[in-house]
Amino acid sequence: MFRTPEQPSPMAQPKSFHWTRRIVLTILLVFVLTPVYVMLSSSLKNLQDVQGSFKWIPSSLTIRPYIDIWKTVPLAHYFMNSLIVSLSATVLSVVVAVFAAYAVSRYRFPGRRVFTVTVLSTQMFPGILFLLPLFLIFVNISNTMGVELQGTKQGLIITYLTFSLPFSIWMLVGYFDSIPRELDEAAKVDGCGPLGALLRVVVPASVPGIIAVAVYAFMTAWGEVLFASVLTNSSSRTLAVGLREYATQSDVYWNQVMAASLVVSVPVVVGFLLLQRYLVAGLTAGAIK
Amino acid sequence: MTATAPPRSDPEAGPPSGKSAAGGRLRPRIPDRLRRVGLPYLLLLPALALELLIHIVPMFFGILISFKGLTLFFIRHWDTAPWVGLDNYKLSLQFNKTIGKDLLHSFWITCAFTILSVGISWLIGSAAAILTQDAFRGRALLRTIFLVPYALPVYTAVITWTFMFQQDTGLVNHVLHDQLHLTSDKPFWLLGNNSFWALLIVSVWKSWPFAFLSLMAGLQNIPRELYEAAAMDGAGVWQQIRKITMPSLRPVNQVLVLVLFLWTFNDFNTPYVMFGQSPPDAADLLSVHIYQSSFVSWNFGTGSAMSVLLLLFLLLVTAVYLLITQRKRGDADV
Repeated sequence: MFRTPEQPSPMAQPKSFHWTRRIVLTILLVFVLTPVYVMLSSSLKNLQDVQGSFKWIPSSLTIRPYIDIWKTVPLAHYFMNSLIVSLSATVLSVVVAVFAAYAVSRYRFPGRRVFTVTVLSTQMFPGILFLLPLFLIFVNISNTMGVELQGTKQGLIITYLTFSLPFSIWMLVGYFDSIPRELDEAAKVDGCGPLGALLRVVVPASVPGIIAVAVYAFMTAWGEVLFASVLTNSSSRTLAVGLREYATQSDVYWNQVMAASLVVSVPVVVGFLLLQRYLVAGLTAGAIK
Repeated sequence: MTATAPPRSDPEAGPPSGKSAAGGRLRPRIPDRLRRVGLPYLLLLPALALELLIHIVPMFFGILISFKGLTLFFIRHWDTAPWVGLDNYKLSLQFNKTIGKDLLHSFWITCAFTILSVGISWLIGSAAAILTQDAFRGRALLRTIFLVPYALPVYTAVITWTFMFQQDTGLVNHVLHDQLHLTSDKPFWLLGNNSFWALLIVSVWKSWPFAFLSLMAGLQNIPRELYEAAAMDGAGVWQQIRKITMPSLRPVNQVLVLVLFLWTFNDFNTPYVMFGQSPPDAADLLSVHIYQSSFVSWNFGTGSAMSVLLLLFLLLVTAVYLLITQRKRGDADV
């Protein structure tokens, strides 16, 4: 998946290097894959198997958990909520970030540095600091302006889109900076306005960066727990909160929990692994400077 | 990052010769000027408005609340909550009373947890990135697998680890007790002192791939010729790693360590999914501690004061860190 030049090492590597590499990478492989194996194998076990002492090999394979997960908890409903929230947050975040990054990359204006520093520094705010105030603000907006933000998907969407915004802007500024300005100029000579130059020249030239930013934004929204647990209600609940419901019963159906976890993970993991080289390329261009 | 941009000619500031020929001819002069000056601000407006609404305004609001006696009683009309001055801060910082003592304990736990987690994640990430720098059979697959913990949603990964750490049905005790006979009985991992180590393992598992990813990107920027030149001079692989790879990665490391530190120190998802609202003492990280003080004990004023203290601490650490690393970088550049 990675397209790095497959050159031989400049010099023969000593045996010690080969053995270190083999041992370290094998240990890491086991460390990384054990939970994945547990998730997969336990999701195919029957209930007795997960209630007794752990078994590496299931005594019998069953797809029953994959059928039951949809009934124990309204998983499909949560899944749709997560999908709507994450996709909307991703699209909006990318659009907002592209405009902002273009301004920062192509214009010199008073307040430019203040803007970048402020936006980046929001990354370090502990979420817990603005969780309650945000909750109160959302409630007040609902009361005074009639825009329902508390407990709704809209509220969650605008919250999540700002979470990925600082990183997205930062990465895209780096990307846009690497696109020669002569291309913008050429587009302007051809009669495009600044926005035309952005949409016809800069955006098409930075597709890898934009994909990377989109992947990041989607993963951020899909995996967030803290704000989801306070800003949603039963109708707008997302997977991050909904998945806990398998465990609140007196009995934990671990086989179902694992099956549901797997089902929930598949879209993001597959998406990420397919698009990972864009993320690496984006990081190389944007973040590493 | 972007501050080092050379003084290049601003496309909008140049002589207004051919530019306005297409569209601006019929427009009066002043709006055109305004349009040109205003455009960058217009482009920034959505980002700015959202950051203000979700981050900046709530932050100042939070600081305001930290001076108020905001309890559940006042939640419907927060503005009627009494002004209590610095009482919330005094309460949080009186280390001989219960609230202050618990906060201090939670602070030390979080510090130890963060230092260990960031240190180990960085170490593993560096090792993996350096060891996969040169091509070998299966490298692409290995790199992909290494990124799986980063790609998995936090809560599914943590739930799976919670299952593995179960006392009677988990994999960890099965391996330690049943298979390797290392322990005389099955220990509890999610209660008592062991919970710290359980939390640390989960945290490392899910943060090292980010270090790996960033360092891998950094490694791709190191010119191949450097290694070739070093090899000509007779430097072995280990020496090349020490003399070329590590120094070249310094700028990446500077950002990476800071980002990992902030993420880990503020981490809420991992402890919350593992332990719920009331974690064991040994794994009482600050963000969950503050969450509990606010949303479980319904004392929002004190919770906000603790959040502000946390923010001040993070600002201080970040400022000192940047100061030290920038100076070092400056020295190295000379």
